[in-house]
Amino acid sequence: MTPAATFSATPSSDVDEAALRAGPRAFVDAELAPRADAFDEAAEIPEWFLTSLAEQGMWGAVRTGGMVAFGVLHEEVGRGCSSARSLLTVHSMALYALDRWGSAAMRERWLDPMTEGGRLGAFCLTEPGAGSDITAVAATARPAPGGGWLLDGHKKWVTGGERADLLLVFARTERGVSAFLVPADTPGLTRTPVRGLLGTRAALTAEIRFDGCRLPAEALLGAEGMGTAIAAGVLDIGRYSVASGSVGIVQACLDASVHHATTRRQGGVLIGRHQLIQKMITEMAVNLRAARALCLRAGRLKEAGDPATIVETCAAKYLASVSAMRAATDAVQIHGASGCSAERSVARYFRDAKIMEIIEGSSQIQEVLIAQHALTAAGGARPAARAGAPAAPEGSTA
Amino acid sequence: MSEQTGTRIRDFILTRFPGVELDDRVDIFTLGFVNSLFAMELVMFLEKEFDLRIPNEEMSLDNFRTVEGMSALVARVRAGASAGAGPA
Repeated sequence: MTPAATFSATPSSDVDEAALRAGPRAFVDAELAPRADAFDEAAEIPEWFLTSLAEQGMWGAVRTGGMVAFGVLHEEVGRGCSSARSLLTVHSMALYALDRWGSAAMRERWLDPMTEGGRLGAFCLTEPGAGSDITAVAATARPAPGGGWLLDGHKKWVTGGERADLLLVFARTERGVSAFLVPADTPGLTRTPVRGLLGTRAALTAEIRFDGCRLPAEALLGAEGMGTAIAAGVLDIGRYSVASGSVGIVQACLDASVHHATTRRQGGVLIGRHQLIQKMITEMAVNLRAARALCLRAGRLKEAGDPATIVETCAAKYLASVSAMRAATDAVQIHGASGCSAERSVARYFRDAKIMEIIEGSSQIQEVLIAQHALTAAGGARPAARAGAPAAPEGSTA
Repeated sequence: MSEQTGTRIRDFILTRFPGVELDDRVDIFTLGFVNSLFAMELVMFLEKEFDLRIPNEEMSLDNFRTVEGMSALVARVRAGASAGAGPA
């Protein structure tokens, strides 16, 4: 029998967390963090550095290392550079979809190079008129004469879209919303880099247009009309990555704040001696522990294949991203004027943290989902479940 | 359908939505409380609970609409796995 493998079956939850963290931490400290401000300034992560990530085996982690290890990796990378973590996030989402629902032909062509990082992926859901509400997707895929599909549409805010080789695209078909894997060199596909973003500026974000792109039949993921369920599964991976990366931002804010508080003197006194500074550092340190614990719990549940991971990941993403924004706000405050400039990385953390509260389901979407879960689990909002009840509208996937 | 399979599926849904009066032939997607996250939870539950992987050709919404449909899906996937498990 084919083993259950909704998520990576390789257990890492029983491995010492410090052991999982050591390798990524050393790489981030030596190679990524020192360059992250320059990447942000240039609004680009250069190709040679993407290759460095491949040499570290980071692109394939969603398949190879277990989900706890995946989360620890994304936390560490997020501590150094949210743009790099964002690229890993969307690539992991596309790779997960390919592995889980891809046709034999697509898996044969793309699985190894995507796992190794020789080819990169991205996630295309958001549209100008629909936001991230999958039920409002306007892109269309219709049967092509002679077989396959013809894809038309316009996607916005595609992280990694400027560089990706394989795009996970959601489009409306006759039977609902469906998911497709689209090679970036498909004729009719054009991409336009997006510049001037508030945060994750080096994440190679692009707008992408599909104008009569002809796709083979095997480009369809799963079955026609399963796009909503596929998006839910893929967004769960993205949410877990963003939650973990947000924990990394909190850690970076705490590290920078502690360093500044123990070296900066005002009126002859180290500012860390002031209790109002200590309060901000306390908030960071406590929220760091709480958010990291939620991420670890979500990761362990994923490795166990436990459906509870879905809402636990929402909770982790919610707390971690809100904590990142709060920590970054306080880190800038502790650094004073220098924290408002490119002189200090905390300015980048602040801009990046705001993005974390928006992507892969905004904080408000998470609040709704978590509340719905709590209400229904308590027996609230429970209609009689009998055949013939009226249809309810689909909800947002985000 | 296997009554035991149906009971386990029904129990999972009732754990998530306590108090719901669940008819095995009711379309759960018409009840107003099922969102895309729960659809994902259902897939994970079936795969973990019954130690199987739902193949692409079975990833159709229609297979997940009712307890009866999900029980039939489990039986089909198990039968397919058994049929494919020949000698090495």
